Amino acid sequence: MTIPEFKKHWTSLGIGMVWLFILLWPLLGIKPEGLEVASTFNVWWRIALGCSFLLFLYQLNKAGAFKFISRPAGAVAGSMKSATSMVPMAVWFVIGIACTALIPQFAGRYAQDVAINCMIYVCLGLGLNIVVGLAGMLDLGYIAFYGIGAYTYALLSVQFQLSFWICLPISAGMAGLGAWLIGYCSMRMRGDYLAIVTLGFAEICRMVLNNWMSLTNGPNGVTGIKAPGLYWFDFTNGMTLEHIWLKKLSLIYYVILILVVFTIIAVYRLQHSRIGRAWEAIREDETAAEVMGVPTFYMKLLAYCSGACFGGMAGAFYAARMRFVSPESFTFLESAMVLSMVVLGGMGSIPGVILGALALIALPEIFREFELYRMLVFGGVMTLMMLFRPQGMLPSKRTMRSGKD
Amino acid sequence: MCIGMTNMAELHLHDVSVRFGGLQALAEVNFSLMPGEIVGLIGPNGAGKTTVFNVITGVYNASGGDVEYDGASLQGLKPYQVLAKGIARTFQNIRLFQNMTALENVMVAQHSRTGCGILGAIFRTPSQKLEEEQIKERAMEELRFAELEDFADEVASSLPYGHQRRLEIARALASDPTTILLDEPAAGLNPAESSELMETICKISERGINVLMVEHDMKVVMGICQRLVVLDHGVMIAKGNPEEIQKNPAVIEAYLGS
Ligand SMILES: Nc1ncnc2c1ncn2[C@@H]1O[C@H](COP(=O)(O)OP(=O)(O)O)[C@@H](O)[C@H]1O
Ligand SMILES: [Mg+2]
Repeated sequence: MTIPEFKKHWTSLGIGMVWLFILLWPLLGIKPEGLEVASTFNVWWRIALGCSFLLFLYQLNKAGAFKFISRPAGAVAGSMKSATSMVPMAVWFVIGIACTALIPQFAGRYAQDVAINCMIYVCLGLGLNIVVGLAGMLDLGYIAFYGIGAYTYALLSVQFQLSFWICLPISAGMAGLGAWLIGYCSMRMRGDYLAIVTLGFAEICRMVLNNWMSLTNGPNGVTGIKAPGLYWFDFTNGMTLEHIWLKKLSLIYYVILILVVFTIIAVYRLQHSRIGRAWEAIREDETAAEVMGVPTFYMKLLAYCSGACFGGMAGAFYAARMRFVSPESFTFLESAMVLSMVVLGGMGSIPGVILGALALIALPEIFREFELYRMLVFGGVMTLMMLFRPQGMLPSKRTMRSGKD
Repeated sequence: MCIGMTNMAELHLHDVSVRFGGLQALAEVNFSLMPGEIVGLIGPNGAGKTTVFNVITGVYNASGGDVEYDGASLQGLKPYQVLAKGIARTFQNIRLFQNMTALENVMVAQHSRTGCGILGAIFRTPSQKLEEEQIKERAMEELRFAELEDFADEVASSLPYGHQRRLEIARALASDPTTILLDEPAAGLNPAESSELMETICKISERGINVLMVEHDMKVVMGICQRLVVLDHGVMIAKGNPEEIQKNPAVIEAYLGS
């Protein structure tokens, strides 16, 4: 560590802290009695001290003061890594599913609720991962397909009393159809332009749901949606086949678990097929892919539609689980959330997306007391991630290299 | 000189012209690539050689004239349709799928020769599995041909430059072409590598694939091409066998004058 570098770090920390104080003061200092400095200063000096300490540690580390710990730690981590990579991915997958399947046996209602929420987002994340991670298209309106799926099941269930299991493929199909319509018009666009179009489409969807009173009941939402049903053997008087509603949380938990398993397997298989390779080729170099025989327009449309189908499926489950849907569940913020999971976890990597969903859904629940600061921390974490690990927490092997565009 | 088995596909360019705004990149270019031939397309920088490739493969549309392959016009076809007709190409500045492995790069090129759909992939139907195995087998064959089988699982961007050039050729060959267009395949290679490349090109020709190549390295061009076509500022100024071309005053003028 050179002296100028040392100086540079501390000056930028100083400037950052002054800036933080200026930001913090209007937030904390404005009281009915007038401006006040003490409370702001109280918070600020703690943050400043913490940051200074972290910078100090960072510089010590750069200077090599922690070699005596990091060397053996690195060796341990390395051997752990080789040990875990000996076990094939499929085994980890089965272990993970088994553990998840056991959660309702131990955990209470609240934990189950959070877990269900997590799993819905895992489905959404994996679906969006096809579009963003594999085919490399930026989609800011993914939540629209979740909404289409949810409303499809909601309306079919309320109006026609159709069963959840019949509606599940219909919801996926409707979401896919929506994606086909919007994709057919916009797939010729690339990058930012596509992002804007998808964003606009999602807003249009939400507006339609919000204003088409006769069909969707507008902002009041649709109520009276049926839970999934199931035929089950009943042993009370002999053995009869009884129809039961899966209303209990621990039962509906297994429905989403099955959906998650299906989604993971489907996305994994797609990724390792001729179709998935074509998508990745498009992500890497669209012109070269086209010249090597990939019909890029059609394949991009296919990516967009199949991603939407998984979203639609998750949406149908959401409607069945809440037994109520309203347009406000499908805002841009949700799209941004799902996209963050994919980016944070690692684009194109299935374990990464799962981890991303866990991090963004479960962690805020654990730190419920600090709910006020959630967005602050979220923004901070995202910024730090993009600075230090742009490829995500668990990047797929091949996207290790940071993107060139 | 290499002589080998041949296919019957002929490539003809009839008065092909290309304009980019005010720039006439190609003006009524006429030449043919006959079965079994290795033809060199040469000319100074900016002469329009890459543009010829782009027109043939459907990346650009010709503003006049017609490209005919195997008896049918290629006019208006998309690049992937041209590949399906049997014309594969490489790029002047290597365009591999950087973050995919060498094997996957080659496997992608089989896309137009295979047909398994999305449901087949999700449910891993027996026919999908069989097809997947065939794709892999075929890709490994091409990697072996390019002597890259040891690098099958390496990410393309991590390969040395010479290997990347060979991988691009392997990828083009994996699409089972009848004609291959090579855009400056020897650019950036050392003398040992370029003589290896000459052998590879001869082997490609022996497999019955017609070769059209753009190349600046005169040793390579004179060594393996049976005929040459010379472009200058988008105009075809000469064609003929290498000895004639070397003596042609218009060609000497174009190279020295530029
Ligand atoms: N997409 C394009 N837009 C505008 N001009 C182009 C384009 N592609 C090539 N050109 C121009 O066409 C001419 C021929 O280029 P090119 O075919 O790449 O030459 P080379 O013989 O070196 O391969 C050059 O003057 C180049 O600037
Ligand atoms: Mg060129």
